[in-house]
Amino acid sequence: MAKISIKDLKFFYGSNEVIHGISLDIAANEILALIGPANSGITTLLRSINRLYELTPGARMEGEITLDGDDINASSVSITELRRKVGMVFDIPTPLPLSIFDNVAYGPRLSGNTNKQDLMVIVEKSLRLAAVWDDVKDRLSEAASSLSGGQQQRLCIARVLALEPEVILLDRPCSGLDPISTTKLEGSLEELKKDYTIVIAPHNTQQAVRVSDSVAFLLMGDLIEAGPTSEVFVTPKDTRTSDYITGRFG
Amino acid sequence: MNKDTISKMVFFILALSSISALALITGFIFIQGLPLFFKVGFANIVFGTKWAPSQGSFGIFPMIVGSVCVTLGATLLGVPIGVCCSIFLVEYCPASLSNLFRPAIQLLAGIPSVVYGFWGLLFIVPFIRNNLGGPGLSMLAGSMILGIMILPTIISISEVSLKDLPRQYKEGALALGMTHWQAIYSVLLPAARSGITAAIVLGIGRAIGETMAVIMVLGNAVALPESILDPIRTLTTNIGIEMGYATGDHQQALFATGIVLFVIIMILNSFAQYIARRK
Repeated sequence: MAKISIKDLKFFYGSNEVIHGISLDIAANEILALIGPANSGITTLLRSINRLYELTPGARMEGEITLDGDDINASSVSITELRRKVGMVFDIPTPLPLSIFDNVAYGPRLSGNTNKQDLMVIVEKSLRLAAVWDDVKDRLSEAASSLSGGQQQRLCIARVLALEPEVILLDRPCSGLDPISTTKLEGSLEELKKDYTIVIAPHNTQQAVRVSDSVAFLLMGDLIEAGPTSEVFVTPKDTRTSDYITGRFG
Repeated sequence: MNKDTISKMVFFILALSSISALALITGFIFIQGLPLFFKVGFANIVFGTKWAPSQGSFGIFPMIVGSVCVTLGATLLGVPIGVCCSIFLVEYCPASLSNLFRPAIQLLAGIPSVVYGFWGLLFIVPFIRNNLGGPGLSMLAGSMILGIMILPTIISISEVSLKDLPRQYKEGALALGMTHWQAIYSVLLPAARSGITAAIVLGIGRAIGETMAVIMVLGNAVALPESILDPIRTLTTNIGIEMGYATGDHQQALFATGIVLFVIIMILNSFAQYIARRK
């Protein structure tokens, strides 16, 4: 069974329909890349999986998204629980105004874990997984804002990992990063997919080729093509897909 | 001279005139007030408890205490209400309601202070006298009026500092599974801390400098207060009440009061600027 199943998803901002009925299955422990030009609905699709779209006034979805077979919009679903299962990393680093340690320990503390030693273990494990432990291990009590942009972004990934989510959504996580940080971050994704299901909006198609197992191409709110990355990039079925990945538009 | 240089000069002179007003007033206050400090002694003025200008006693300590107490009371009343109001406006309030709230708060800032004082005299003072005892004209009455008067300052500056936070702070917090209140309490408020602190300090500055409204409700007795129901006098009201008939040393003593007030407000404003700049 698919980890996440999207059925006939339509999305509206006010009366403006921005996603026109998308159906897509995301398997467990795979990295799915959502590619497409600007305004294709990629960020909206990501934000509908953890229901963060609800912050936007006038935003509304139709259709169904299930996580492990359960409708995420069901009234029995706790939105805070859902967001702990479906972590999200944003296009710009968003460290909380706290120390490095407290940023990562925040989630576990919220769910009731206050044992100092437990927290230390979780924090170290999360920072290692996010490939930022060596950068910060000697300065855990410093403000998170003192880190470089790349370190902050990996800290944000560590923060999500500390929640022990099942799915991680990454919305152009490398757009503000230098090439070295990008390489490190892509390396940690490879490591992470053993335990997590990852949906990423890469910041270019090359990144999608490098990191993803499967890929979905969106254009103006329609799903044009989806499949294993190797197939879609080598033998795209739709001419619009081949036009996009060969750089003819977008 | 080309046109550009001329226009630059015009703007420079106009800008200079606003600063020179400050320089003139400051200079005047210090020239008038400072000699008394040397004549009577700094400690006898600032720490003296007896104010009897006709007998040569110029102790303004009770007024300093009065200003501090009234302002503290206003802060205790105004800050929680103001900060909570700004949180409500930014985080909870639907747009239709905030369109009603915001102009109303602006209007609160536009009410002349004499009207506040008059309302306090006719409403708050009898209320305190009838329900809590004492003369009604009291520190409590002054604190309540000032607590209301500083609300617009605190609300509008706190609101701006909360609203200007990057939206990713809130989204990042919610995406971690925080509830809305947890996000406000542990992420948004700490992130907006410098702006909110500046708002509070500016509110305090406004409270300590207010004169007209408090003259009407404080009772103006020169004595160290023993309870919040006692009448007291502040630095500002001391000047306001006696300036009409003061001459000689007495008049200089009022300018000396002005110097003390001036220094206190300068310290508060520099503190607010320092806090607002610190990130």
